[in-house]
Amino acid sequence: MQIYLNETPIKVKKHTCLFELRKQYKENADLLIVNGYPANTDQEINNGDHVIMIQRGEQPSAEELEILMMARHTPGVHEKIKRGCVGIAGAGGLGSHVAIALARVGIGQLNIADFDVVEPSNLNRQQYFIDQIGMPKVIALQNNLRRINPGTKVNIFNQKVVPGNIAEFFGEVDILVEAFDAAEQKAMLTNYFLCNFPDKFLVAASGIAGYEASNTIRTSRISERFYLCGDGVSAAEPGRGLMAPRVGIAAHHQANTVLQLLLNRSAE
Amino acid sequence: MELIINGEAHEYLKPLTVQELLQQLNLNAERVIVEINRTILSPTGHNETELKQGDTIELVQFVGGG
Repeated sequence: MQIYLNETPIKVKKHTCLFELRKQYKENADLLIVNGYPANTDQEINNGDHVIMIQRGEQPSAEELEILMMARHTPGVHEKIKRGCVGIAGAGGLGSHVAIALARVGIGQLNIADFDVVEPSNLNRQQYFIDQIGMPKVIALQNNLRRINPGTKVNIFNQKVVPGNIAEFFGEVDILVEAFDAAEQKAMLTNYFLCNFPDKFLVAASGIAGYEASNTIRTSRISERFYLCGDGVSAAEPGRGLMAPRVGIAAHHQANTVLQLLLNRSAE
Repeated sequence: MELIINGEAHEYLKPLTVQELLQQLNLNAERVIVEINRTILSPTGHNETELKQGDTIELVQFVGGG
């Protein structure tokens, strides 16, 4: 029968057991994953199974890294995610979280645009570090993403997004994530993108401020290709700030919607 | 004239444009997305687009924060 060992197809005898396989191929492996789930006990391997063997602490090669990183994925999704190209407009609280989540799941390409630099008041919710203060956000984010998954191609645009450059920055993406701060910018991008790219998806966010209930943040399908994440009403305003937990919840709603769209062409 | 706005029926006595509807509902035209009968209306069309009996309208007003 044929199985996949670290995603390489190999032929093995029927009724081969997991520990026997380890002895044969990677004796020092101390983490065994079968079809996306860790296997702690010996078990019979079946035709078509995906078996990953990892030795803790060992630095894998670049090719091996990609396979090992995705060992806990639902089987069969990685190739589809890898073909995905996603735009992120704004690299603040929403955009930096979305970018990291998508890089971790192995997205093929991200196009990220933001004009701002990292400053101290960003660090309460955005995925940057103290030693990146003063650095353009897109450069800081590109560096952070490279440390997480060098397999994701990251194109950056260190400019303010205006109608005149949306086609240049995001014309090639399958899905665009709206991750701006100002309501007018959110509406400008959404209107322009949905009117000018009628075959692409847009995932926007609205109503993510404060520390109100987590569960009021939801994902709604507003129209065929327009999804909106947030509670719809909690604006950032005097007396209501923006903080990591709720911004992160909304950002991950956006990232999960992107993932559903890449895998199913629709989302819930 | 009956309009379906965000899933609810509303009765209007006089003809009105999208711009007038947004004003009546106290919505900020610069923060809003308008979809009429499943097609997004560009903001440049707010002023000239007249609403018709039975139009199904989705309105989303963004709030700030990101």
